[in-house]
Amino acid sequence: MTATTSSTARQTMTIARGINSGLRAAMEKDPKVLLMGEDIGKLGGVFRVTEGLQKDFGEDRVIDTPLAEAGIVGTAIGMALRGYRPVIEIQFDGFVYPAFDHIVSQVAKMRARSLGAVTLPLVIRIPVGGGIGAVEHHSESNEAYFTHTAGLRVVCCANAEDAYWMIQQAIETDDPVIFYEPKRRYWDKGEVDTSAPQRGLYESRIVKEGSDLTLLAYGPMVKTCLQAAQVAEEEGRSLEVIDLRSLSPLDLPALIGSTQRTGRVVIVHEAPTFGGLGGEIAARLTESCFYHLEAPIMRVGGYNVPYPPSRLEEDFLPDLDRVLDTVDKSLSY
Amino acid sequence: MSDTPVDFDAPQNNAGAAARPPRATDPLAAINASPAVGDGGADMVQLLTPEGQRVPNATYDPIIGALTDDELRGFYRDLVLIRRVDTEATALQRQGELGIWASLLGQEAAQVGAGRALRPQDYAFPSYREHGVAWCRGVDPMNLLGLFRGVNHGGWDPHEKNFHLYTIVIGAQALHATGYAMAIQRDGDVGTDDPDRDAAVISFFGDGATSQGDVNEALVFAGVNHAPVVFFCQNNQWAISVPNEKQIPSPLYQRSSGFGFPGVRVDGNDILAVYAVSKTALDHARSGQGPTFIEAFTYRMGAHTTSDDPTKYRVSAEVEVWKHRDPIERFKAWLVREGIANRTFFDQVEAEADELAASVRKRCLAMEDPEPTAMFDHVYVEEHPLIEAEREQLRTYLASFEGSH
Ligand SMILES: Cc1ncc(C[n+]2csc(CCOP(=O)(O)OP(=O)(O)O)c2C)c(N)n1
Ligand SMILES: [Mg+2]
Repeated sequence: MTATTSSTARQTMTIARGINSGLRAAMEKDPKVLLMGEDIGKLGGVFRVTEGLQKDFGEDRVIDTPLAEAGIVGTAIGMALRGYRPVIEIQFDGFVYPAFDHIVSQVAKMRARSLGAVTLPLVIRIPVGGGIGAVEHHSESNEAYFTHTAGLRVVCCANAEDAYWMIQQAIETDDPVIFYEPKRRYWDKGEVDTSAPQRGLYESRIVKEGSDLTLLAYGPMVKTCLQAAQVAEEEGRSLEVIDLRSLSPLDLPALIGSTQRTGRVVIVHEAPTFGGLGGEIAARLTESCFYHLEAPIMRVGGYNVPYPPSRLEEDFLPDLDRVLDTVDKSLSY
Repeated sequence: MSDTPVDFDAPQNNAGAAARPPRATDPLAAINASPAVGDGGADMVQLLTPEGQRVPNATYDPIIGALTDDELRGFYRDLVLIRRVDTEATALQRQGELGIWASLLGQEAAQVGAGRALRPQDYAFPSYREHGVAWCRGVDPMNLLGLFRGVNHGGWDPHEKNFHLYTIVIGAQALHATGYAMAIQRDGDVGTDDPDRDAAVISFFGDGATSQGDVNEALVFAGVNHAPVVFFCQNNQWAISVPNEKQIPSPLYQRSSGFGFPGVRVDGNDILAVYAVSKTALDHARSGQGPTFIEAFTYRMGAHTTSDDPTKYRVSAEVEVWKHRDPIERFKAWLVREGIANRTFFDQVEAEADELAASVRKRCLAMEDPEPTAMFDHVYVEEHPLIEAEREQLRTYLASFEGSH
């Protein structure tokens, strides 16, 4: 598919390293890009995503902030007002809430309030999701709060190449971007073509083509869905897997196209289903593809409970079996 | 160290106090230049030197004098036992029995000193590292291990021992503590002079937490309400990898004056000083005279948690400096010098610690995972149709695997 790309630009790296390299490239390209967050300097972040960057770019551009998320996002707004492009690291998904007010009331609305005079090109990086055996507040999937907020763009990478390119594209975007990183996949390796991005930030990607049913996923669930599709294939069922990549905006034309081809859709995310992104996608696809659908659009997600203690997370999180179980239900219509 | 009495009725004198060590030019310059080896400075209340020498102090001596030998030996026992529980928990984590553990190593005196100054009707709001306070409140260590093992989110009844659940979201509990104290005021349970009725609240948090809006808002609410709350900050010099100098623009114990109430820095590795200062502040609160901010100057001897690698950001020489300020060694030296405890006693405590560790290990290994459907329990008071439907859905789903391998 990418035969024109020179092989020298291909490198194998983890998702964490992909983001790290992407951040480095963005900082080299634009002196206004700076990083802010807790423990991102000497330590390189608790996931080591910013490793080495303070050493190379200095403490003025890689800022170990005081322990205050509202403070981080609030001061990043001020920095952006003076022309900087702050990239914030929130240490864990469950610790973004102290900054929620600034993100929802200030970051998201500044452009509309100023009638377009002010743009806030912030990127807020959030390691997201469960599956790492952590204590509470370290495993949440809170994307629906932000996709529900007009004025924010929300994206989520699922492989090393996207990690590398999407973070750079997010930084170049003049709108504020919530950038989700699938924390349990940080150490998954993949090939990265560092010569040029393969697609735009808001485009979805067909990870595997199929004809019987479409699996829609993002972040950590892309891998799960791909595995499910491989198992299904051995049993003679052809599942298409699409990585949404962008959660807001949605790449609706591509999703509609796949839905019309397969007639069946299962949406998979770790977040609880009630009021979640899956419901929004299902509604929109139903509105556009009603006569193509062979079965109701179904969702597989977390249960609608507080994220459970880690010993129960395997039961809470969608896995291969639960995805296939729902696929069976859809196919039985 | 100062034996200047802390005047709890007046905002503190802010003169002098930053704990910056001198910049040295000798080979130890790197260590000496590290603010994290500061000794607390002249304003710090210390009743026992690191060598275990008693420093006279007109204000606090009567409080120490009122302690019985039994109580003093009890302090020692607390220190040793909770350290042993902590060591065992760390080992259990290494063996995969706990997901993670946050060690209190080095902070035992700060926690036991404050914990033993509490009365049963007082209420404590911990962060996630207050195993020593939990111990003093009579909370079974297995509750703490359960959280770190991942079988629950704490799960103990806070009202049983007046010890709130661990709070992992940094600083949130400072507001809860203040609100609880405001409720105590409304119940009239302050300033009655009835020692069994007057109550105070104590909120524990770290140096890093003082940056959070929540903590600063708590100081405002406490200040304007003269709430019976003690803010007990364990300044262990580090917030994961971030040292005091990047977090704290001026000495913490001076901060409360801006909120209208007194603050005091105490040697957090000196159990006598911590007990005396905490008791004074709690009495002050119970008698209706309002909040106090205590900065317990101490050190996080271990990693932030078992997931952390401190060699990435701090020099081991710093840890060596603090080893000489160990809270247990200095107290033991003093007990021996005073003839309060002898070899037999120390041997007994050791034996008890061995037994406790063995029991903690055994009970940890026996801790079973909850039923998967337990995640639906206790989400709401009243029945909720979605919860009921999903509980049933999970039950049916799990049943579909029965019979298959
Ligand atoms: C709101 C929030 N942000 C970030 C974190 C991640 N975190 C956990 S502990 C910690 C450092 C806390 O330092 P300090 O308050 O000094 O307490 P210590 O761990 O040293 O006892 C951080 C940043 C968190 N738990 N909550
Ligand atoms: Mg600390």
